[in-house]
Amino acid sequence: MDSVVLIYKGIYILAIFGISLLIATYSTYFERKIAAFIQDRVGPNRAGPMGLLQPLADAGKLFFKEEFIPAKANKTLFILGPGIAMLVAAMSSAVIPFGDTLILGETSFDLIAIDVNIGILYIFGVVSLGVYGLMIGGWASNNKFSLLGAIRAASQNISYELAMGLSLIAVLMLSGSLSLKVIAEQQAGFNWNIWYQPLGFLIFLICAFAETNRTPFDLPESEAELIGGYHTEYSSMKLGMYLFAEYINIFVVSAVMATLYFGAYNFPFMENLRNAFDDPVLGNNVVTILGVVVMFAKIFAFIFFFMWVRWTLPRFRYDQLMKLGWNILIPLAILNILLTGGGILLYEYFTKG
Amino acid sequence: MTLSERMYLPAIAQGLGITLKHFFKKKATINYPEETRSRSEIWRGLHVLKRDENGAERCTACGLCAVACPAEAITMTAGERKKGEEHLYREEKYAVTYEINMLRCIFCGLCEEACPKAAIFLQDDKLAPARYERDEFIYGKDRLVEPLKTTETK
Repeated sequence: MDSVVLIYKGIYILAIFGISLLIATYSTYFERKIAAFIQDRVGPNRAGPMGLLQPLADAGKLFFKEEFIPAKANKTLFILGPGIAMLVAAMSSAVIPFGDTLILGETSFDLIAIDVNIGILYIFGVVSLGVYGLMIGGWASNNKFSLLGAIRAASQNISYELAMGLSLIAVLMLSGSLSLKVIAEQQAGFNWNIWYQPLGFLIFLICAFAETNRTPFDLPESEAELIGGYHTEYSSMKLGMYLFAEYINIFVVSAVMATLYFGAYNFPFMENLRNAFDDPVLGNNVVTILGVVVMFAKIFAFIFFFMWVRWTLPRFRYDQLMKLGWNILIPLAILNILLTGGGILLYEYFTKG
Repeated sequence: MTLSERMYLPAIAQGLGITLKHFFKKKATINYPEETRSRSEIWRGLHVLKRDENGAERCTACGLCAVACPAEAITMTAGERKKGEEHLYREEKYAVTYEINMLRCIFCGLCEEACPKAAIFLQDDKLAPARYERDEFIYGKDRLVEPLKTTETK
């Protein structure tokens, strides 16, 4: 790997890190704005034009608040908890393909930080580590409510990760690869996976809500029953880290859903556009840049959907949550695998036989 | 429950539709310091003691407003106009002090109706604002009398 590529990767990784932090920051703003709009209010509008500086004001406030650590808390783990949550959340965007290939001069640049052939496995591995952050933080607080929240988070994540993984297998059967880049390339044009996997997408979507601890599955942090769940004892920026990690997770899950089911950076008629240019390099670059825009548009659409649902649906009861996960979603996901397998066999029988 | 009811998804879609409708609805908020809610034309706000066209105070301290006041918010002491004060007070008798307790006042407007000299009015564009101390709510002549008009408009 020559030095140009190495420097490029460094810059790209920093850029992706910065973008995920920026999107998480402004997710808090848009969450409040969308909440307000749905409730016929106008939302934050005092800090800066249209309240656009509100996230900065919030961060400033959080940094200057007292860092409180309970006397009987396990201090090391108490600090480690939000750290793990944040680290794990920021790590997971590394393997997501935000765009195709840019060609500048002689070299071509892939718009993906690390193109590993086990991309989706990496994301699942890393994201499920995130529950350690909640678990450690909740346990180290030495508070019953925190512990209850942490236990809820852990059992909920385990239950829904099963259905999520099973619904994912159907996609992998279609693509035959675990690499997110390959999966993205296979959905060129309008050949998106959602047309083949509507049921799988629905299961994945519901599980994504549960995995990110969002309403209607935000039982680990339900204010009414658990004060604040695992972050009851947290204050200042440590609390900020937990909330921040949640928003980064939403961003990552939105990106994963866009990549797996909604064709990542692909958009209809992209080949026609590419061929419309006389210079193939220019055509490729224009399509790539448009692809990045399309990818982020899809991600933002999903983030909006997450917030839209949050202000529409009430919270589940815990037994309902478990029942939905184990009795409905997992059998449905297995049925989806069977249907997909049958479909693939039929397709091969009629095309190759 | 039927199968479609048990799937919940149609109901969820319906709910999402309702929230989306509200998302695009016109907001009810009035951004207070920048905009104010329009008030009725006969809205009764903070009192003002008017001056006549020459800038002399109209009030003659007859006390009818204090009598009419159901909340007993108005007190005044009368004094006699001296020579050379004709430009200050229109009548020979005038109010030396004139106080309205805004904590007692119910803004009924009966003082306005009782006044024979058209001296006291409840303005339609000013409120009695919130204050920190109770004694600050007793408005004297310094805060009630209409400010003198500038020379060119006189």
